[in-house]
Amino acid sequence: MREQLMEILKELRPDVDFEKEKALVSDGILDSFDIVSLVGELNAQFSIAIGVDELEPENFDTVDAIQALVSRLED
Amino acid sequence: MLTNILDYLKHSTEKYGDKTAFSDSADSVTYRGLDVLSDSIASFLMTEIPGKNEPAAVLIDRNIQSVVSFMGIVKSGNFYVPVDSQLPPKRISLIFETLKPKAVIFSEKNRRLLESLDYEGTAVLYEDAAGFPPAREAIAARRRGAIDTDPLYAIFTSGSTGVPKGVVVSHRSVIDLIENFAQIFDFQEDCVFGNQAPFDFDVSVKDIYSTLKCGGRMHIIPKLFFSFPGKLITCINEQKINTIIWAVSALRIIENFQAFEKERPRTLRTIMFSGETMPCKVLNYWQQKLPDAHYVNLYGPTEITCNCTYYKVDRHFLDTDVLPIGIPFPNTDILLLDKNHLVTDPDVTGEICVRGTSLALGYYQNPGKTAEVFCQNPCNNNYPERIYRTGDLGRRGTDGLYYFLSRKDDQIKHMGHRIELGEVEAVISALPFIHAACCLYHEEKETIVLFYQSAEPCQRELMKEGGKILPKYMLPSRFVHFHSLPMTKNGKIDRTALKEDYL
Repeated sequence: MREQLMEILKELRPDVDFEKEKALVSDGILDSFDIVSLVGELNAQFSIAIGVDELEPENFDTVDAIQALVSRLED
Repeated sequence: MLTNILDYLKHSTEKYGDKTAFSDSADSVTYRGLDVLSDSIASFLMTEIPGKNEPAAVLIDRNIQSVVSFMGIVKSGNFYVPVDSQLPPKRISLIFETLKPKAVIFSEKNRRLLESLDYEGTAVLYEDAAGFPPAREAIAARRRGAIDTDPLYAIFTSGSTGVPKGVVVSHRSVIDLIENFAQIFDFQEDCVFGNQAPFDFDVSVKDIYSTLKCGGRMHIIPKLFFSFPGKLITCINEQKINTIIWAVSALRIIENFQAFEKERPRTLRTIMFSGETMPCKVLNYWQQKLPDAHYVNLYGPTEITCNCTYYKVDRHFLDTDVLPIGIPFPNTDILLLDKNHLVTDPDVTGEICVRGTSLALGYYQNPGKTAEVFCQNPCNNNYPERIYRTGDLGRRGTDGLYYFLSRKDDQIKHMGHRIELGEVEAVISALPFIHAACCLYHEEKETIVLFYQSAEPCQRELMKEGGKILPKYMLPSRFVHFHSLPMTKNGKIDRTALKEDYL
């Protein structure tokens, strides 16, 4: 799943080194439109439904956090 | 007669002195506090800028210090230019080259950015200016000789030649707009405006001056909350925000996320939107979740001071319908022109042109472009009369309402931003490793597609180098590499072929 996730992220923002960044949202690297597109892609590719409750900055600040969120919702 | 926006501040300070005028997530300022602090800033600036009607830039972020700075600059007899500190430094330099600001007010956070700009004029830290001893008599003296067509602000917008254009707007135009808004939308002292728009977007002009006029309060909502609507809804409820004048894109995010499924805003009563066409699907979502609020579609470019038409949504629309842009504001006239001929028949397409006090003074230091679009009314040969040609195509329906159709040129609306594709092309084409480039906009997918010719594919370098000059929202998100781009017989890049093959 990590690979697929990295693919999505790279497609979204080829200019960002996702493995390195630790505050994607808090540092303003991902903006609201990135989040909208990302959530759309995650929902579609992993057949999950990210709801308002999961839309918290902590869940999107690192690749690990995003991966954890997807795993949680897949179960 | 009102001749200066400072009359709004004066009136509201007298009437509501201790009331909070502006707040952000860290701080707030009362009307009296705003009056006192801006006196200090003005007093400092007057020692540095001897003349009047000169530009002063504000390199601060979305917080109340920005608003205080604006008022200080206006009190000093000059006009303010909000500059987003998030822009690439090269772009800020480009703006400064045109503007040559006499002073820049900055915050500690942006000190390094300012130092990197090669700016040699007066630079003052906000705190220093705000702590300067006020010279009220000198401020009053500056007001003498001020007239209502003096500039109030300049806002920079994308320019097709690769250089941003500074739209200069006068006090008179803003007063005209704000008086209309207060009356038509019934803004009162109990209004709490939830500010979404950055200050270098003129959408925020409506928030700031409506607040000052009606003695209301404006709360600056952090940008981050628009990525995380749960926080946004909580903020609206906590701050008791009842009036929002937002970009369509901000309302769309709520619908995209289906954000009102759990908690809903409880205090919203007036919801206004502009910036691009509102999809009726998004409007219907909002209306279904918040049926008691009033919804208003606003239309107009920065050059006519925010908006020239409005439509109070008064009936149901299907998801697939097109929302009208409505009717002109009072003291504003819309002409539909086919080249230089007036279109009078309903449902016939023409360029939307505007007549009225709302017209901006023009583009700063750009007489050529100004003359091109702020031109003589072709229907009047008898005396000088300016109109503004928006470049938007529209029609008047049989229902008497105006409808926006499309752009005449390569300007697009992308994620709420107004972008000249020509500017993106100019910047990309100037990169040393690019031989030729052309941009097209994919409407349905909302992506800027770049077709480029170079020795080998170089998407990463493109993003990296392009990102040093262009703001993120102007960067292409799809890249198509060519060893040689298709050409027309006249030796131009064949856009039609690219469109057919790739979009």
